[in-house]
Amino acid sequence: MSELHTQSLRQLSEALHAKTLSATELAQHFLARAQADTTGSFLAIDPAATLAQAQQADARLANGTATRLTGLPIAHKDIFVTREWPTTAGSRMLAGYRSPFDATVVARLGHGDHGAGMVNLGKLSCDEFAMGSSNENSAFGPVKNPWDPSRIPGGSSGASAAAVAAGLVPAATGTDTGGSIRQPAAFCGITGIKPTYGRASRYGMIAYASSLDQAGAMARSAEDCAWLLSALCGPDLDRDATSLDVPAEDFSAQLGQPLQGLRVGLPQEFFGEGLSSSVREAIDAAMAQLRQLGATTVPLSLPLTELAIPAYYIIAPAEASSNLSRFDGVKFGHRCEHPADLMDLYVRSRTEGFGEEVKRRILVGAYVLSHGYYDAYYLQAQRVRRLIADDFQKAFAQCDVIAGPVAPTVAWGLGEKANDPVANYLADIFTLPASLAGLPAMSVPVGFGEAGMPVGLQLIANHLQEGRLLNVAHQYQCHTDWHLKTPQGI
Amino acid sequence: MSLTSQDLQRLAKLSRLSVPEADEARMLEPINGLFHLVEQMQAVDTQGVVPLAHPFDVTQAMALRLREDRVSEPNAREANQQSAPWVEDGLLVVPKVIE
Repeated sequence: MSELHTQSLRQLSEALHAKTLSATELAQHFLARAQADTTGSFLAIDPAATLAQAQQADARLANGTATRLTGLPIAHKDIFVTREWPTTAGSRMLAGYRSPFDATVVARLGHGDHGAGMVNLGKLSCDEFAMGSSNENSAFGPVKNPWDPSRIPGGSSGASAAAVAAGLVPAATGTDTGGSIRQPAAFCGITGIKPTYGRASRYGMIAYASSLDQAGAMARSAEDCAWLLSALCGPDLDRDATSLDVPAEDFSAQLGQPLQGLRVGLPQEFFGEGLSSSVREAIDAAMAQLRQLGATTVPLSLPLTELAIPAYYIIAPAEASSNLSRFDGVKFGHRCEHPADLMDLYVRSRTEGFGEEVKRRILVGAYVLSHGYYDAYYLQAQRVRRLIADDFQKAFAQCDVIAGPVAPTVAWGLGEKANDPVANYLADIFTLPASLAGLPAMSVPVGFGEAGMPVGLQLIANHLQEGRLLNVAHQYQCHTDWHLKTPQGI
Repeated sequence: MSLTSQDLQRLAKLSRLSVPEADEARMLEPINGLFHLVEQMQAVDTQGVVPLAHPFDVTQAMALRLREDRVSEPNAREANQQSAPWVEDGLLVVPKVIE
């Protein structure tokens, strides 16, 4: 048997249920790894709180009330509020903040009465308020990619991906607004899925862009992600006005379908000039593998792909400028010293608390929502958003899933694009369209590109077809071992 | 089009942020880089296209949901104020507003 930290959730769960391993032993193993971490992934670790949850999990395993997830460790992106661990959203603004409640996603996976019984190992770094594609925008320092510590892990759920890849946790939550689960999953060689917008509750998920933010699962394999997603999705109608009234599903029950006859759409815009040749080779090889498993590939077009960048970078900052107005130095969060008056309190607290990229997006948002510019920018972006969503529906008339790269390149070097935000925005090109349309999408490891860095295949399905998406990924993983590769020394 | 430092200062005021003169260029350059990309988007003919404010619009037609009018949350003032920077007698304190 391989080491505990490279096993799948199924293997670990079987050992817990067979009583050859206790939740406490498992938690201790991962806590020791998290405490010795060199990637900078963890923002908060509290061994006593973790071990208390592990003891409760052991009690459930002993008394027969355990689920298949009970006792398995998980860590949460620090954008989800937690009662027992501090929550910062990667921002100085929330340094030391303690939430009075757990986010719905945390509660559903966690150790409470209605939770699946997973054991929380702590909180994982992210770009400040989830704004970024490299995890370099965290106020608490950058996170290193376990495959090459001189490179970024991706973002904004960068540490969630890095921690899974480094074997610090077997599973993590992430959130995806414009690619923030898929891109770091791709850059760190793990599997990650963002469900249909509205599938997972946003209650207790610190808001960035409310019409786009969606929670999801990150782990080694599609099967692990299916286990997690089945538990974290589901209606939360009293607490999230945008929660879909669609019952929770056991996505893992859908993983056994053969791919015979599956139509995989390949948008030509995802394979154009900007795509690095090493990424392209890995994607082409994955397509050949899917064809070997009985799928057919269908060329198609998503003509407005490039315009997803401006549409997203208008809509998301507009929503952010509104959402982040709640940080006023009064109710919670950072407050400046000795304010002269109320205006001085607001301005200095916000200026000291927010990092540069967050300020930039607030300013852009304020601009596109302001009188005289609203129609030209914000409404035009929403019209383009409609056209992009419509194009997907036309595409799904010709195929069952859409496939392409997650990102144009492999993970870049730390600092390489740190002073060029627009270069970061451009690199989001392939993940933004599905986000704007609210579609479920995932990243699956399909090999290695330049400098031996992992490449992720993006799969996109129509609304509420997470099961189909996970099945395609699972079937692929049954016949390949890219998802089992680990960085040296792990 | 390009935003000027005057535009930037107006937006900063609206957003309750301060951008010192020394930081203006660093802030403005990427913003103007972004608006350069936005120009392509403005060239798209969207006449007659209904703006898509929310993906729900495509997933399921639904009216704004209203929850039942009943007390569902207990009073948790102390818990809610535990991270407030300045609280006295259960009240959030701010600098004097009316002289």
